[in-house]
Amino acid sequence: MIEIQNLTKVYGKIVAVDNISFTVEKGEILGFLGPNGAGKSTTMNILTGFISSTSGTVRIAGKDILENPLEVKKQIGFLPEQPPLYLDMTVNEYLDFCAKLKSVPAKVWKGQKKDIMELVKITHVSHRLIKNLSKGYKQRVGLAQALVGTPEVLILDEPTVGLDPKQIIEIRNLIRALGKRHTIILSSHILPEVSAVCDRVVIINKGRIVAIDTPENLSKALSDFSRFTVTVAGPENKVKDIISKIYGVKYIESSTKLKNDECSFIVEADKDIDVRKPMFNQLAQHGFPILELRSLNLTLEEIFLQLTRTEEKEAVS
Amino acid sequence: MLAIMKRDFKSYFSSPIAYVLIGLFMLLVGLYFNSFLGYGSDIIGELVSVMSGLLLFIVPIMTMRSMAEDKKNGTEILLLTAPVKVSEIVMGKFLAAYSVFLVMTGVSLIFPIITIIAGKPDILLIFSSYLGYILLGAIYVSFGVFASSLTENQIIAAIISLVSIFLIQNVGYLASFFSGFLNKAFLWLSVMDRYEDFSKGIIDLTSVIFMVCYAAVFLILTYRVIEHKRWSQG
Repeated sequence: MIEIQNLTKVYGKIVAVDNISFTVEKGEILGFLGPNGAGKSTTMNILTGFISSTSGTVRIAGKDILENPLEVKKQIGFLPEQPPLYLDMTVNEYLDFCAKLKSVPAKVWKGQKKDIMELVKITHVSHRLIKNLSKGYKQRVGLAQALVGTPEVLILDEPTVGLDPKQIIEIRNLIRALGKRHTIILSSHILPEVSAVCDRVVIINKGRIVAIDTPENLSKALSDFSRFTVTVAGPENKVKDIISKIYGVKYIESSTKLKNDECSFIVEADKDIDVRKPMFNQLAQHGFPILELRSLNLTLEEIFLQLTRTEEKEAVS
Repeated sequence: MLAIMKRDFKSYFSSPIAYVLIGLFMLLVGLYFNSFLGYGSDIIGELVSVMSGLLLFIVPIMTMRSMAEDKKNGTEILLLTAPVKVSEIVMGKFLAAYSVFLVMTGVSLIFPIITIIAGKPDILLIFSSYLGYILLGAIYVSFGVFASSLTENQIIAAIISLVSIFLIQNVGYLASFFSGFLNKAFLWLSVMDRYEDFSKGIIDLTSVIFMVCYAAVFLILTYRVIEHKRWSQG
């Protein structure tokens, strides 16, 4: 659906986007992840035809954005970082204007407007001036704007920024629901958001792609050891001693103490050796029952830090 | 294009700006009209000259928001990522501001109507004066839109257009500082000389075309400014 090839954008001496290539399949939700200033917004602005690229191509549904700008733009709904709202209009007027701007036929628009307003839950504020709406509602009106004309592709630049936790969850659910009908690219610097919503993640740092994969695969690929958290009923010192002697265990660290007779550890072990069985047997022999044993995957947060850190190390060496 | 024009036009009237400008304009023109009564026969010709002078202050305030506000609010991105040509955006913006100008001109028609009811003025002279006036307005408004595309600060946009409209009004005077080619060039550029013809009742087709082109040049420049920003690598 979206093909990006060797995309580069240079501002003077600063390379904002450096030779990025990836594709997004139809119906996929792709997360675009990176620290502030990594080139996320620049890439999105190029994808939507707002600014040009220095080199490289963007094709949406097989059409080049530079060769057929008007046709391609019809297929894209864009929610920029700051929702592009006319504050002196009511929600109704604003959406009608967007529909005209995107030349949605009047007949189609009547029904569509109702659907969109219900979907993003702004029907009850439709007669209010946009400047009087709260940040959360403004964001929703911005999202509604992106949905006008039911474009195939939705590009959402940090859609949950500045919202309260409840609104964030609502917007996330909405995006997931939209993913059934639209192809979505979503940028964020908030990691749980991306792992909660996206099928695939592109991690970008300093304008370059650091990794592309599903959140789960990224997590697996990057851990060269397995990690567990284990809670045992027994004295901390003894239990720690027993576990650390098990073949394959590389590292053990006490974590929060729950009660006096219970202790909890984070254990790291060799990836190829399953230490869970010997751990159970050993502790059982000593009469210390395991209360909880849970494996820990790397969170996206850790992956992210790890990837961006390796980049820096490579750059130094 | 129509959508953009309608939206902008409405927005002028949903804020006090259009009413204040038109009200102020009518007040000043009305005062002049009152003081002209009883002097000479060509009251309206004189009055339109005064009106064209007032545009120096009215147009910059009218057009300062045209593009600058979109840039500041981030709505520029909405227009530029919509399936609309940049030329349509520029034309829509210009036509909206120009329509406000025409509304203002329309309201001022009350004065010629009064003179027609009360006396026997030269109607053709009134017509040609007004024709010159709206052509001059097109130039000022298109320059105002251009100035507004240069910055996201409305005050700066207003100052740029105020200074420039002043220069446009006085380019003929500048000519007197030079001789030879420069003198001729400045004289040729002088819109006011051509505008004077209209207020004398002379409708010259080349002058009409000249003034329309003058306005078009600034709209093309506006188009270039927007495109340049999108393509800039610096």
